[in-house]
Amino acid sequence: MPKTIQLLDEHGVRTASKHYDPLVADLDADALAGLYEDMVVIRRIDTEATALQRQGELALWPPLLGQEAAQIGSGRALRADDFVFSSYRENGVAYCRGVAPVDLLRVWRGVTASGWDPYEVGMATPQVIIGAQSLHATGYALGMQNDGSDAVAIAYIGDGAMSEGDVNEAMVFAATFQAPVIFFCQNNQYAISEPVSLQTRVPLADRPAGFGIPAVRVDGNDVLAVMAVTRESLQRARRGDGPSFIEAITYRMGPHTTADDPTRYRDAAELDEWRGRDPLARLRTLLETMGAFGPELEERAAARADAVAAELRAGIVAVPDPAPLSVFANVYAEPHPELDRQRDAYARYLEGFAS
Amino acid sequence: MTAMTMAGALNAGLRRALTDDEKVVLMGEDIGRLGGVYRVTDGLQAEFGERRVMDTPLAESGILGTAVGLAYAGYRPVVEIQFDGFVYPAFDQIVSQVAKMHARTGGRVRLPITIRIPVGGGIGAAEHHSESPEAYFAHTAGLRVVSVATPQDACTVLRQAIASDDPVVFFEPKRRYHVKGEVDDALALDAALPLGEARVAREGDQVTLIAWGGMTGVALDAAEAAADEGVSIEVIDLRSLSPVDYDTVTASVRRTGRVVIAQEGPREAGIASEIAAVVTERCFAFLEHAPVRVTGHDVPYPPAKLEKHHLPDLDRLLYGVDQVLDRAGVNA
Repeated sequence: MPKTIQLLDEHGVRTASKHYDPLVADLDADALAGLYEDMVVIRRIDTEATALQRQGELALWPPLLGQEAAQIGSGRALRADDFVFSSYRENGVAYCRGVAPVDLLRVWRGVTASGWDPYEVGMATPQVIIGAQSLHATGYALGMQNDGSDAVAIAYIGDGAMSEGDVNEAMVFAATFQAPVIFFCQNNQYAISEPVSLQTRVPLADRPAGFGIPAVRVDGNDVLAVMAVTRESLQRARRGDGPSFIEAITYRMGPHTTADDPTRYRDAAELDEWRGRDPLARLRTLLETMGAFGPELEERAAARADAVAAELRAGIVAVPDPAPLSVFANVYAEPHPELDRQRDAYARYLEGFAS
Repeated sequence: MTAMTMAGALNAGLRRALTDDEKVVLMGEDIGRLGGVYRVTDGLQAEFGERRVMDTPLAESGILGTAVGLAYAGYRPVVEIQFDGFVYPAFDQIVSQVAKMHARTGGRVRLPITIRIPVGGGIGAAEHHSESPEAYFAHTAGLRVVSVATPQDACTVLRQAIASDDPVVFFEPKRRYHVKGEVDDALALDAALPLGEARVAREGDQVTLIAWGGMTGVALDAAEAAADEGVSIEVIDLRSLSPVDYDTVTASVRRTGRVVIAQEGPREAGIASEIAAVVTERCFAFLEHAPVRVTGHDVPYPPAKLEKHHLPDLDRLLYGVDQVLDRAGVNA
């Protein structure tokens, strides 16, 4: 069993690590408070989006509740010119990349296939096909390598994706070409209803060794440890030493999506156990121990969360339905006479209802 | 102009694309040191280096998926799938990613990926080495699909495909690799027939015979044989399978009133079926006979000793011509 890297235990006690402490030595009380605020805000975005789905404003929402530290700790470690290829649950990472909160929800309202411009924020449109993005990240990293850039690509995958061929092929390609890519696996214990034991007989972090990729297992609910291991992997990639794999042990506290009923496949005791490892609570405890958590921070975080939630709600309910003929837009980059013909025919059909 | 085989013309086209645009990279199995199992990439790795002509691990989805990432980063990958029957492991990346990315991102992310696939039978090959999977890709929105029949088109259309900002599935009929023709590999791309347009390979006025890729040569031979019997056949080399150049097709059928479509692949839900449907919709009043499809059977590609009973040959095309001409004793 690989050792699980932890810098902040579940009671909020800072544990010393000779190897990893220097990687987060720059994080002073203000920086830690910033990470805390980030986690409060994305938890609030998540809660608000879930409510919006229940109220019929979104078709679906994939909650990240419980995975805040894994996403903020890694997302805040990235540089602006790094590039993220994620699945659909990485709304915390997208928030770190500067995606406007309302843009996180557009896809889930069903008005677009992409809520943001990937090149503006350095993050691809979230991937729905499980694991497919791991190859995109690897290819992007090869591009960075060719360009002579020290930018890094990071693929966010889950425990379920570890069984997909694409993820395994990505690790083959990344290792062979020593691509500057990080495979960041949030092991949240479930792929919809399937426990991680159905995907693997060995710890996931043991697998990359077979590909020749260094791997670490980290407490994914420990924002400090997550940031430390991500920074270490980034440094490795930037200095030309190739890919890394991070298994962040965490837990999806909510359903797979708002369409899921997790009570059918897991019990309340398990949920309670993980509730005791809450990523926000333990950072708050650390800040309290440092004398850095007071009403001011609590109010500031709450105010920021309130403001984001209000902006989110007002913004998303005001998003209009797209124009019917936009269904034909951007299928091709260059002219396509047969599709134009279909579009024109459908336009004439629609016009028939106007008179 | 230089006499080249189709394989040589493809090689010349790739060399020119690599020279003209430093963002062009080639990826595939055995394409580097070996120069490809058909030698289409012969000498290119030695000339352009291992970063631009990459031998990849044996993983087709991996090849296409990394090509997506490279294209995301501003590159123009030209991917070789070693044989037609080996493309299926890459099908998800092609259909779910390559084809949809431009639409998904509202046009922000372009994936100018060219997917070269040796296609079709007639070479006595092993299982999975003689397939005609064009229809799968033509059915997928977001892809362009082409199939070339001459060395000149092999060179020029390949260069056009690489220059296109859309992903292009580029089929190379294996049985034509060694057929020679005159090629101008420096032909200005905007002076050539545009990507997406069909070519009238032989003019005629009694029957329109539509073919592409490996069937084009068979169709031309059939037209020559028919001419000896006084039947004038117009042969259209479709070149583009998605989109199909229906302006050229319908203009011909409106003149001849009779159409035969030749297709190597199985019949059910194939490209020939789609062409027959569109011709019927758009030329109904001009037709003297229902369109006739001459195709492979709806069977897995047979062993080499049986392939002549699967692939449409000259006689089967002429049988189809007799059908549309209402020749006595031959019914559609």
